[in-house]
Amino acid sequence: MVGTKGKKTLVTSFVCLALLLVLVIILENTLKPTNMLFTVLKKGAVYALVVVSMNVLNGFTGLFSLGQSGFMLLGAYTYAIFTIPVADRENIYYLYNGAALNFSFPDMFASIFGEGYAATFFGVILALIAAGIVAAFVAFLIGLPVLRLKSDYLAIATLGFGEIIRAIFQWNALGKVTNGANALKSFPTFSDFNITNADGEVILRLSTFFPFLIAGACIVVICMLINSSYGRAFKAIRENEIAAEAMGINLAHHKRLSFMISSFFAGVGGALFAMFATQAQAKTFTSSMTYEILLIMVIGGIGSISGSCIGTFLYVACSEWWLRFLDSQVVFTSVGAPSRVIFLAVFAIVVVGGAVLLIRHEMKTKKRKWAMALLAAVAAALMVWWIMFVATGNLILPLAKNGFRMVVFSIVIMIIVLFFRRGIMGDKELTDVAIALSRKMKAKKAAKTGEVAK
Amino acid sequence: MSDRVLNVENVTMQFGGVVAVNNLSLHVDKGEIVALIGPNGAGKTTAFNCITGVYEPTNGMVEFMGKPIICNHPAGKMKAAYQGENGSLYTEKKVLNPTPDRITALGIARTFQNIRLFSALTVFENVLIAKHMRAKQNVFTSGLHLNHSEEKRMREESMALLEEQGLAHLANEVAGSLPYGLQRHLEIARALATEPKLLLLDEPAAGMNPQETIELAEFIREIKDTHDLTVFLIEHHMDLVMRISDRIYVIDFGSVIMQGEPAVVRNDQRVIDAYLGVAEDA
Amino acid sequence: MQYIVSLFISGISLGGQYALIAIGYTMVYGILRLINFAHGDVFMVAGLIMIYMSTVLPLPVTMVLVLILTAVLGFLIERVAYAPLRQYPRMSSMISAIGVSYLLQNAATYITGGLPQMYPSLPFLSNTVTIFGTSTKYVTIVTPILVIILVVALTQLINHTKIGMAMRAVSKDFETSQLMGIKINSVISMTFVIGSFLAAIGSMLYFTNYSSIVPLSGAMPGLKAFVAAVFGGIGSVPGAVIGAFIIGIVESLVKGSDFSVFSDAFTFALLIVILVVKPTGLFGEKTTDKV
Repeated sequence: MVGTKGKKTLVTSFVCLALLLVLVIILENTLKPTNMLFTVLKKGAVYALVVVSMNVLNGFTGLFSLGQSGFMLLGAYTYAIFTIPVADRENIYYLYNGAALNFSFPDMFASIFGEGYAATFFGVILALIAAGIVAAFVAFLIGLPVLRLKSDYLAIATLGFGEIIRAIFQWNALGKVTNGANALKSFPTFSDFNITNADGEVILRLSTFFPFLIAGACIVVICMLINSSYGRAFKAIRENEIAAEAMGINLAHHKRLSFMISSFFAGVGGALFAMFATQAQAKTFTSSMTYEILLIMVIGGIGSISGSCIGTFLYVACSEWWLRFLDSQVVFTSVGAPSRVIFLAVFAIVVVGGAVLLIRHEMKTKKRKWAMALLAAVAAALMVWWIMFVATGNLILPLAKNGFRMVVFSIVIMIIVLFFRRGIMGDKELTDVAIALSRKMKAKKAAKTGEVAK
Repeated sequence: MSDRVLNVENVTMQFGGVVAVNNLSLHVDKGEIVALIGPNGAGKTTAFNCITGVYEPTNGMVEFMGKPIICNHPAGKMKAAYQGENGSLYTEKKVLNPTPDRITALGIARTFQNIRLFSALTVFENVLIAKHMRAKQNVFTSGLHLNHSEEKRMREESMALLEEQGLAHLANEVAGSLPYGLQRHLEIARALATEPKLLLLDEPAAGMNPQETIELAEFIREIKDTHDLTVFLIEHHMDLVMRISDRIYVIDFGSVIMQGEPAVVRNDQRVIDAYLGVAEDA
Repeated sequence: MQYIVSLFISGISLGGQYALIAIGYTMVYGILRLINFAHGDVFMVAGLIMIYMSTVLPLPVTMVLVLILTAVLGFLIERVAYAPLRQYPRMSSMISAIGVSYLLQNAATYITGGLPQMYPSLPFLSNTVTIFGTSTKYVTIVTPILVIILVVALTQLINHTKIGMAMRAVSKDFETSQLMGIKINSVISMTFVIGSFLAAIGSMLYFTNYSSIVPLSGAMPGLKAFVAAVFGGIGSVPGAVIGAFIIGIVESLVKGSDFSVFSDAFTFALLIVILVVKPTGLFGEKTTDKV
């Protein structure tokens, strides 16, 4: 019973991933390709990988690191440098009179088995691996001094590292490699994986499938690692460093491993991000990006891989799609319009549900009456406004203008941080939940049959 | 001499101006149960921490199974003070300061005064983690689940150990949710999982009632025999100490004030003084 | 030579501005062991308050109000975002701090529309003056003097008043001082109020030199001030001030050299070096973990 749990989890996650991939292909080839859904899915897949990679370090090993954007940057640049077609390099590096490195993986494969999807595919895969390896290698170097530091010092040192990396990649002296502060582009992106016929028409869309495949494979590998002996050693370090050391776990070695593994996947994630954004530029990979990733991790639940994935897709869907309307003025005119109904329903659920949850939480802690009063007041005001809104129609959604979406977001995040510290999943996995549910069902059934037998 | 498991020679541990362990020398022979007793703040736990590599002793040497495992001599301005004291003992300049995991790998396992379990993990995982060190694997074979037989072996051995310890029915419980006594028990079981030759117990009976203490004494004897151990323990419960120890070291202010068999120690005036204090005007 | 002197002078001035922010970090860290990531953004918000209020109110009134409002903001942040998490692991408060920082930045983006806002020129401070043959604003000279006065006042407060004594006690041992009847909440609030107050002064001096504010304006100076606090030995006020002057001067010199791209990175490189060589900083106290 104890021995099979890991294996069962693994098989389940494999099956889930396969189903998911099939679903993505079907969706992609049936819906309109301009659908927002695909942007969300692509970005979500990329971010999910990065968030999970951060979780390896922060959630499972208990090392509070804020260097994720730095490793993403390394991955993105490595990928770009190894995949930009040699022919395009003169153009891209025009400020520096051409690139120092005139070599690219897809070109290399093209010279082996001719131009085509195979060359691109293998070239991209090799470059992604290279991206991971470069990030992991730098993690190894930076880890030598930095990992000796304790919690918050580690956080600030890794944050500093991210800034240093960013500055180095913008340095003119390295322009022949990094193109200075300018973007690197023209490398293979997700849309290069759409299969076209001779006329250039797309016959099979795989542009969303590809990031899912890579991110999914990486996340499965991370899952396997977490459920292995090394994963347990990481958790032991998180739980109690001194006891872990007394159990023969070499702290320096295991912390370094965790740091390198996390950075490897952050590097791959960075490369995927470059593919998603169709360009790589140092100024994108700021500490704000790390904060964003960290906050997504918190939403999903620190120490839960499935939580990270769910959190990421929710976050990306809200920020790119569902809550976009908050960024521009919204006027709902006709009373029966579906968008209006949906909006009102969502609004009602959010306000009422949020208020109920918060009040329940407050009741449990049995203090901070003023907080409850404040919440009740806010909820009441919102309800009044909502009723007004329903009654009069033609109302302009107040406050909504450019930037409001992010404000709403940050408030939601603060609420999660303050009141639902464990995030969506806590440190549980979906499989744990499923197992617990099935156990409960079984117990119920057993109780029932027991009753009948009586 | 050949079956000397642990030999501590002239170990001194100084924190700033405080000398917690002062020129401590003691030894534990194979198959013995030796107790280290002394009043609060005498430096017992610090001595344990020096032996297990948690602290780097200021001066001195620790030998395990006849081989030096820890060896340190101060440099700089501290050198004069210590070299004068033990100058003749250390002619070679070798410095050995292994991390605690290295010590555990050599075969010294320990428990902690304040229980340090992996409290959010299950009982089974707690034991399984202790098997990590001795597993023949690397991060690729283990992480990618390529070596099933090794993983299976670790799991089976852990389960067998839990069964032997009578903890098997708790395997899936979260360690932190166990009652106090069971947590102490689990900590010992976890230490056994590292396959030690020498077991260091730091106040195993702390917080136990007399009945439990007697049971613990039996338990320690039993694991000593079944696992072919040598046991070195710190304890305040004199019942336990007197019942199971072959020899006892009494330390005060970081140095051994006497050693001997329980019957001898029990009646020694120096020990009584150390515990009860000496009246100034006596 | 003249060039170096002018770099040096602006470095001292920059260092003084960092010092005023760094004190907030170091005091909060000393007491709560929390890196208040939002402190840099409080500094930015102080700048924004100044901009918005100066359009309707006369400058002197605005300046006073900015100081008060920023202190209130610091107080509120602590009460709302950090106090409820005090019983949980330190990571939670740190995440909360990052969340607050994110919130303040996004709120600033929302309010300003993401466009740079012009900072009003303050009387006297913005006037130019010639010193050692280089012309500069008055603020350059005022800053170090003001910093020294404020630091002396602060050390007096910490060393010779009741609340100062409570602060020292709390930073030494949180639980024990609670048992000794010190009102932890008011001490912590006081710390945040002082920190934010000084950050508000710092923002007036800093933005007089930079003239415009964007929502991310606070992040970099905030981080650098934190580095300064670590450099000087976190928890120590004089350490933070000396660290800040060193960082300010170094940054100014690097900015004037051929490696100006690295002016930010250099600060962090310095941080990593100090953390590795002497993790407790220049004036920090050594602590040993008890096993």
